[in-house]
Amino acid sequence: MKLYLKIWRQKDANSKGAMVDYTLNGVESDMSFLEMLDVLNEELISKGEEPVEFDHDCREGICGTCSLMINGRPHGPDSMITVCQLHMRSFNDGDEIVIEPWRATAFPVIKDLITDRSAFDRIQQAGGYISVNTSGRPVDANAIPIEKDKADESFNAATCIGCGACVAACKNASAMLFTSAKVSQFALLPQGRVEAAERVQNMVRQMDLEGFGNCTNTGACEVECPKGISLENIARMNREYLSATLKG
Amino acid sequence: MSGLIKSSLARKFVMALSGLFLVIFLVLHVTINLASVISPDFFNEASHFMGYNPIVQFLMQPILIAGVIVHFVMGFVLEIQNKKARGIAYVKYKGSANAPWVSRNMIYSGLVILAFLGLHFYDFWVHEMTYKYVEALPQDPTRYYHETVEKFAPFWRTALYVVSFVLLALHLWHGFASSFQTMGVNNKYSKGITIFTKLFSVVVPLAFAFIAIYHYLNPITH
Repeated sequence: MKLYLKIWRQKDANSKGAMVDYTLNGVESDMSFLEMLDVLNEELISKGEEPVEFDHDCREGICGTCSLMINGRPHGPDSMITVCQLHMRSFNDGDEIVIEPWRATAFPVIKDLITDRSAFDRIQQAGGYISVNTSGRPVDANAIPIEKDKADESFNAATCIGCGACVAACKNASAMLFTSAKVSQFALLPQGRVEAAERVQNMVRQMDLEGFGNCTNTGACEVECPKGISLENIARMNREYLSATLKG
Repeated sequence: MSGLIKSSLARKFVMALSGLFLVIFLVLHVTINLASVISPDFFNEASHFMGYNPIVQFLMQPILIAGVIVHFVMGFVLEIQNKKARGIAYVKYKGSANAPWVSRNMIYSGLVILAFLGLHFYDFWVHEMTYKYVEALPQDPTRYYHETVEKFAPFWRTALYVVSFVLLALHLWHGFASSFQTMGVNNKYSKGITIFTKLFSVVVPLAFAFIAIYHYLNPITH
């Protein structure tokens, strides 16, 4: 198939970017979206032009590295997948495809389609862990009984791959789905309860410092999340935060 | 507590709580207004009570005005922050693919309601203040029904009120249930809250619109 691509090109973080048009022939429907970009880049390199920079790593939907806004939607038109799992059979011959980086003040563009998502790392570092203060008698985690529904909810929250699609989709560039998933995965487990109050306060504080927007409950993040992280996590984070702060 | 005051979540709580407070006020308002259609005498009695009872006038009214101001000011503060959070806009952004129109345009429905409140305050609140405190006219428990019906004589005012009620319906459609999510309620009751929100956001504005249209169609003939 023949595609008309409009791709955001930006030399570096300090340069002003712009959309650049490319026409790409010979795209096969079995190609993944990233393979299609590989083909484009091979063409550009053979012509002596700068290839389009984009983030990718595992190419099997688990690392959360790929991050493209495709025709106005994070990870493209299909649901519950990342860009690397998107295939060209979702498009038609002659389609125009607009490809942009995630847009958020907290995710500045480094080059072309690559953004700096270290804001998520800093939120995680602010409290998204369980301190392991080892002693002579550590309790085996498997020996602690946990209700099945709690364990399932925690696991579901933990499936967040931190790709940033929630921020990209949100009209306010809010990171509350990500932060709430990271808060929830620990808050639901007995091991995580010990530091729950401190954790939620520190992670929300860091989230605010990074300059993300506020949640207005549109639900766009939940729809676009490749892992189906639920809005229930945001409600849980709100409860946790309110309770932690009021208790002082 | 200091963290609560400064944080993004605190602002969300303030929006939700002030919104829920205004929802409760709407119930009281529409109930008294419906009396103007059913029983003018009761409407006069209720309006006179509300207009001269010191607890209503000097405690509840300032709290209500504060609630309205807090809701709007916080709405603007959040909107400005949200705009800053996406410094560069997408060339192509398909918001309709993942979120309903009403939830994405609360600021616009809110702005229309704010403009309406300006007119509404001018029509009734400024009139009341002038009557009671500027002109210092004597109490007249029978004036309210006539004054209300006469307000809806011009077509333009009735039309503006009805259009505003449509925007109020859209604002409530998202805002009412959304405030529960913000307060941390997302459980087995959420489906019920969503259904109640949809019923409420249709019935209450419809009742307000009906009252306005009823008085426009049934003017007082002297």
